Amino acid sequence: MAIETKPLTGAACWSCGAQREERAHFCSACGKVQPGVAADHFSFFGLPRKLALDAAALEREFYRLSRKLHPDLYARATEEERRWSLEKSSQLNDAYRALKDPVARTEHLLALEGVQLEEQSKAATDRARATGEEKKQVVPPELLEEVFEFNMQLEELRLARKMGEDDSGVVEELATHRENFGQMLKDLGDELRSCWKQWDALPFHEHADTAGDGAERRRVRDKMVDLLNRRSYIRNLVRDVNQALGN
Amino acid sequence: MAAERIVGIDLGTTNSLVAFMQGETPVVIPGEDGANLLPSLVAMDAKGEVVVGNAARQHLVETPERAIYSVKRLMGRGVEDVQEELKFFPFRLADGLQPGEVLRLRLGERETTPPEISALILRQLKRNAERFFGSSVSQAVITVPAYFNDAQRQATRDAGRIAGLDVLRLVNEPTAASLAYGLNRGKDGIVAVYDLGGGTFDISILKLHEGIFEVIATSGDTHLGGDDIDNLLIAIALDDILGDMKLDFRRNGAAVQAIRQAVIDAKIALSTSAAATIEADLPGGRNYQREITRAQFEDLIAPVLERTVGPCRQALKDAGLTPEQIGEVVLVGGSTRIPRVRALVKDLFRREPHVELNPDEVVALGAAVQAHILAGGSQVTEDMLLLDVTPLSLGIEALGGTVAKIIHRNSTIPASATEHFTTGVDGQANVAIHVVQGERELAKDCRSLARFDLKGVPPMAAGIPRIEVRFLIDANGILNVSAREQRSGQEAEIAVKPTYGLTDEQVESMILDSFDFAEEDFRQRQVIEAHNEAETLLLHLEKARRNPAWQELSGEERKSIDRLEGELQRVKEGDDHKAIRDAIEHLNQATMRLAELMMDSAVAGALKGKTLDDADLGEGPSAPHPFAPAEIRTSDE
Repeated sequence: MAIETKPLTGAACWSCGAQREERAHFCSACGKVQPGVAADHFSFFGLPRKLALDAAALEREFYRLSRKLHPDLYARATEEERRWSLEKSSQLNDAYRALKDPVARTEHLLALEGVQLEEQSKAATDRARATGEEKKQVVPPELLEEVFEFNMQLEELRLARKMGEDDSGVVEELATHRENFGQMLKDLGDELRSCWKQWDALPFHEHADTAGDGAERRRVRDKMVDLLNRRSYIRNLVRDVNQALGN
Repeated sequence: MAAERIVGIDLGTTNSLVAFMQGETPVVIPGEDGANLLPSLVAMDAKGEVVVGNAARQHLVETPERAIYSVKRLMGRGVEDVQEELKFFPFRLADGLQPGEVLRLRLGERETTPPEISALILRQLKRNAERFFGSSVSQAVITVPAYFNDAQRQATRDAGRIAGLDVLRLVNEPTAASLAYGLNRGKDGIVAVYDLGGGTFDISILKLHEGIFEVIATSGDTHLGGDDIDNLLIAIALDDILGDMKLDFRRNGAAVQAIRQAVIDAKIALSTSAAATIEADLPGGRNYQREITRAQFEDLIAPVLERTVGPCRQALKDAGLTPEQIGEVVLVGGSTRIPRVRALVKDLFRREPHVELNPDEVVALGAAVQAHILAGGSQVTEDMLLLDVTPLSLGIEALGGTVAKIIHRNSTIPASATEHFTTGVDGQANVAIHVVQGERELAKDCRSLARFDLKGVPPMAAGIPRIEVRFLIDANGILNVSAREQRSGQEAEIAVKPTYGLTDEQVESMILDSFDFAEEDFRQRQVIEAHNEAETLLLHLEKARRNPAWQELSGEERKSIDRLEGELQRVKEGDDHKAIRDAIEHLNQATMRLAELMMDSAVAGALKGKTLDDADLGEGPSAPHPFAPAEIRTSDE
């Protein structure tokens, strides 16, 4: 697994006093677990902020660290070590969960870039509730027509069921929509992956504002935000159609 | 000094067990009666004495108001949750219980809580283990249904504390079972564990990889099990009796208990026979009988078994797997002995399930393996590590009563989430947070876990404070919360009010109560032991009188012995163990020469100073006696 080289910021091991790297999970001299430091999910694994990653290598590293950090291994350790183990293994699990899933990984990276995805944010939910409005859901323009038709058919299905009428025709049409949506999700996934490549090709900068390639960076970032919002919109449609069709 | 042993405990709805790792094999520690299973049954007699397990069974039939069983169903629940249970279970709730309050039950003359009842069962298991080891046991791993929520887990941990046990880990039952199965197998792949016990149902799907047992998904129902099958049969019997005999026993605790035992016997018989008879003696000398065929039984229980299908499908879906991708299926829990259950599992997962380990014992055996791992392990457990998940999503009530999920179900634990809160009014010093658990969209449909009150927020304009709250689910599946106001750097004080749990103060006072109990127990055990010793000595003396050596004693000696024997006879039935001990000692002294005379002269020299008991060779009071190790039965049922 590639490890980003960072300027070595030192700290001393709490147990043996040896100098160690600040973000190291263990002391390289005595092997003892070290207190946790705030870290984003990429840096916890010692990974660069890149989106295309080797899932098998990530899993191996997750297992390797689990075998050294899990609270089960510290049942008879000092109270402090127990606390650090709990702290670190929760960080490990949180980081692994976010990184192994392509969408969660992209969302995490975008959050690190200062982007707040409207759809997912709790703040947006709270705001919408407070003002009594529906949460902001912008229909992607090219979907307007299909979504309009789709909603009509959902309504038709509801009516047909209420009246006890035959609904096989509309069920069939809805199933076609579902298939379409499925294909769209797949295409979105492909587009997202190609954005990853563009993103990963950008030179790494800790802070976006110091980047000389700011325009390209913003372009790729905004594209990913757009793709994720679209994806979330279509997933809601899929959820609705699944509910309506009962599976 | 060798480190103290950590035991593994399965605190079950119907039966409880304690196990430990003997060398490379987990074994169950039997009770005094030699049985591996301790019925999860607690009774309190008219003298206020507590009996646990089989000893309590008599009370259940004769004075049901003095007995409690299936208390696990009440752990971590409120009065509004248990209305359904009350129809079938003779739980007697205390008066004036409010929703959202820890349940209080009446047991004989006392009022008690579910964790205290569970603690009595745990204490019995602790004692069994201590007798077995001949040393004290104070650390344990306790299993809980995977689908237990936070309150149910906390209640279980509280029960351990009240029983004087340091609960090092709560382990999910299906996960524990997979540990017992996985031991020494070293096989990688996907395993599904179907666990249908007395009162709970769990399904867990695990990925095994080089000793790591990683739970991918879990689902279940904490109110589904063998009890529900029993209740169906009981309802039929009560209907029969009402219809045919015109007798209404629905509110008669003793009659319901007699019928319950009868239907359980019939249910068990039906796992191996094509038909069985439910037969019960009823109050008033009447007798109830009904024949039931296996086909009828299977029709009857089909709806109950069907309820296990939804969670299985959900777990597969959450794991992103099809039934074909499941490599092995393991059956756990007594109810999986029912052939129809096995057929259903085979159907669901399209493969023959594993039944090599006794389904009643496998969870306790797995708990023992986990206890061994926590103790530092050995070669046999060297690479083994459990990575479990939280079964339910954790959320915070947002404006308008909706739930903002912060940790999703099936997240590997420990897991955490950080949220930021602020104030809505200028100078506001407190912020209230409501934490819920569950999958529903609205807070009112989820399980309320706790209300946190962040206190001491420094006075600032509305919206300015930035309070960071960290929610952490630990390896036991229990929530921990910490908070900090970031603008001032102050640690915000958190007053946690668990919705259905006991506060620390309550648990402390229960621990004290149980010490009172423990002292009383200890005293009674001493009386019993002294009494038994007296009986043994008197028996030996009885035999010695027929020995020629008796005639060699002087008349004075014989008279002294007779007098002291009478004294021991007199005090041995009392409850003063010191008086009994003294009388034993006196009689021992007086019979010392008799004992010597009885021995062959060559041996007699070696035995100088020995007492009659020793002289009788080997039948003296026995030290803690290790029973034969428990066997792991291979069953092909």
